[in-house]
Amino acid sequence: MSKLKLALCGLLTAAAVPAALAEAPGGKYAKDAEQMFRASFKAENPKYWMARLDQDETMKTCGLYRDNPPRKVGEKLEKLNAATIRYPVDGKLVGDWKEGEKLAAVGTGGHIGFIQPDPAGRVRGGNCYACHELAKKEVAYGTIGPSLHHFGKLRGQSEDIVKYAYDKIYNSNAFTACTNMPRFGLHSWLTPEQITHIVAFLIDPESPVNKD
Amino acid sequence: MNRRLLQTLVTAAFAAAVPLTAPAQDAKVADELAKYREALADGNPADLLEVRGEALWAEKRGPKNASLEQCDLGLGPGKLEGAYAALPKYFKDTGKVMDVESRLVHCMVTLQGFKAEDVTKNWYSKPGRESDIEALVTFIGARSNGMKIAVPATHPEEAKMAKMGEYIFYRRSGPQDFSCAICHGQEGKRIRLQELGNLTTKDGAGTAMKTWPSYRVSQGAVWTMQRRLIDCMRQARWPEPNYLADSIVALETFLQKNATGTVMETPGIKR
Ligand code: HEC
Ligand code: HEC
Repeated sequence: MSKLKLALCGLLTAAAVPAALAEAPGGKYAKDAEQMFRASFKAENPKYWMARLDQDETMKTCGLYRDNPPRKVGEKLEKLNAATIRYPVDGKLVGDWKEGEKLAAVGTGGHIGFIQPDPAGRVRGGNCYACHELAKKEVAYGTIGPSLHHFGKLRGQSEDIVKYAYDKIYNSNAFTACTNMPRFGLHSWLTPEQITHIVAFLIDPESPVNKD
Repeated sequence: MNRRLLQTLVTAAFAAAVPLTAPAQDAKVADELAKYREALADGNPADLLEVRGEALWAEKRGPKNASLEQCDLGLGPGKLEGAYAALPKYFKDTGKVMDVESRLVHCMVTLQGFKAEDVTKNWYSKPGRESDIEALVTFIGARSNGMKIAVPATHPEEAKMAKMGEYIFYRRSGPQDFSCAICHGQEGKRIRLQELGNLTTKDGAGTAMKTWPSYRVSQGAVWTMQRRLIDCMRQARWPEPNYLADSIVALETFLQKNATGTVMETPGIKR
């Protein structure tokens, strides 16, 4: 084989490997798949239900990269998400940890459909235990996210930590693009006030997260 | 006691042991353990449904007064052994990739003369409302017990369906930013106390797919894979797709392809 051919071969494999690794889910059928997915739902569904299938730029991009975007893309998404964060009118970011404790435990809310929708008026919670260990006494916690036990004890109660906790819950993607953690404030799943209660639950020295 | 039942008991006892080791459990978990024990005292309740499914399969029913015995589930008319394990599959006669449930409904329409809307009305059971489909799928599934899942998706339509399933698996949307991958894309994770496998690997997909259809103790009913996936979409806070929707068949094709080679242990028993 000539030198040129060898060099070409090298170039081709070098180009082919990252391309193969980076193939987006669905490959060349992604467009068809999107159409097919949307066509799978009941025509009589209320409009607001169907709106739940819409994707913003973050969702679209994360899917494309299987939640592992290249750093440059990730940074762009993080900026975009940081810009969405809103604060309570009174500017106070630490609420009542007892309220936060309740909200962190509630896993219901937002279920729709005909088979098993949430009853009307069902409280909507943060469902933090689905993914995180928090208070020691609650053993039914999930492991999708890291343990937050002793969050305040370990990190302290500085203004920076308080703001970080608030921002993280409001829009998790402001720090980690494509994280598995939902964006509670962005989707108005939790109100800014409710988020301040959960912040208190995380950082207050009296909260069971830090006490036991 | 047959071998499968024994296996079921061992698996369920093992599953039950996980919550038991935790120091203090809320009443709900204890409740479910009690239900486990109750279920296990009589073996897997799915076994009863399997018997009902077998009878339904052979019974002459519908406007054409025919049985389902000539139904072609992909291996030829009436060939049931291993059929479930090889679905979804492309069918020439319909020009579609079909899963066990869409094919079964197809047979009920073409062979027995039922209307699809009528026969799918009770596609899942509720207390006091039985589902023929659940019974039939349990029976058909059991005829693949001990056989390897075999969905290589080599036909171009099957390959396309598996790819479309992959697309949906990673597609994020809804007020919690969920996709299937959030809950099922990593090894060794739990949501609350429920273990979640990595459905993108052979091991993870195999462990999950080999046990379906499954008796769900918390629901007191056998669930088919359509029911399982439609409920996961509910958990994702999405609307429900139609029963037998292509997107469900696509996800099943993706998952069965990943699970290919794993030996079936069905009907299963789950939380
Ligand atoms: C569906 C899973 C999920 C849910 C629900 C969830 N989280 Fe998370 N969370 C994660 C994951 C995964 C991470 C780690 C990656 C990251 O930083 O985004 C994380 C990280 C965090 C962090 C940063 C930890 C650190 O070390 O800096 C905080 C704080 C946090 N979560 C709080 C919460 C609170 C409070 C709730 C409930 C209101 C919640 N999370 C709900 C998955 C979740
Ligand atoms: C919010 C979390 C969540 C999301 C999102 C989710 N699932 Fe699930 N899934 C679960 C839970 C919880 C179980 C039940 C585990 C148990 O019973 O122990 C489950 C069970 C399953 C099973 C059966 C696993 C087994 O071992 O038998 C399959 C298959 C499955 N899901 C596929 C999917 C697919 C495909 C999607 C996307 C359409 C999806 N899930 C979305 C939480 C989720």
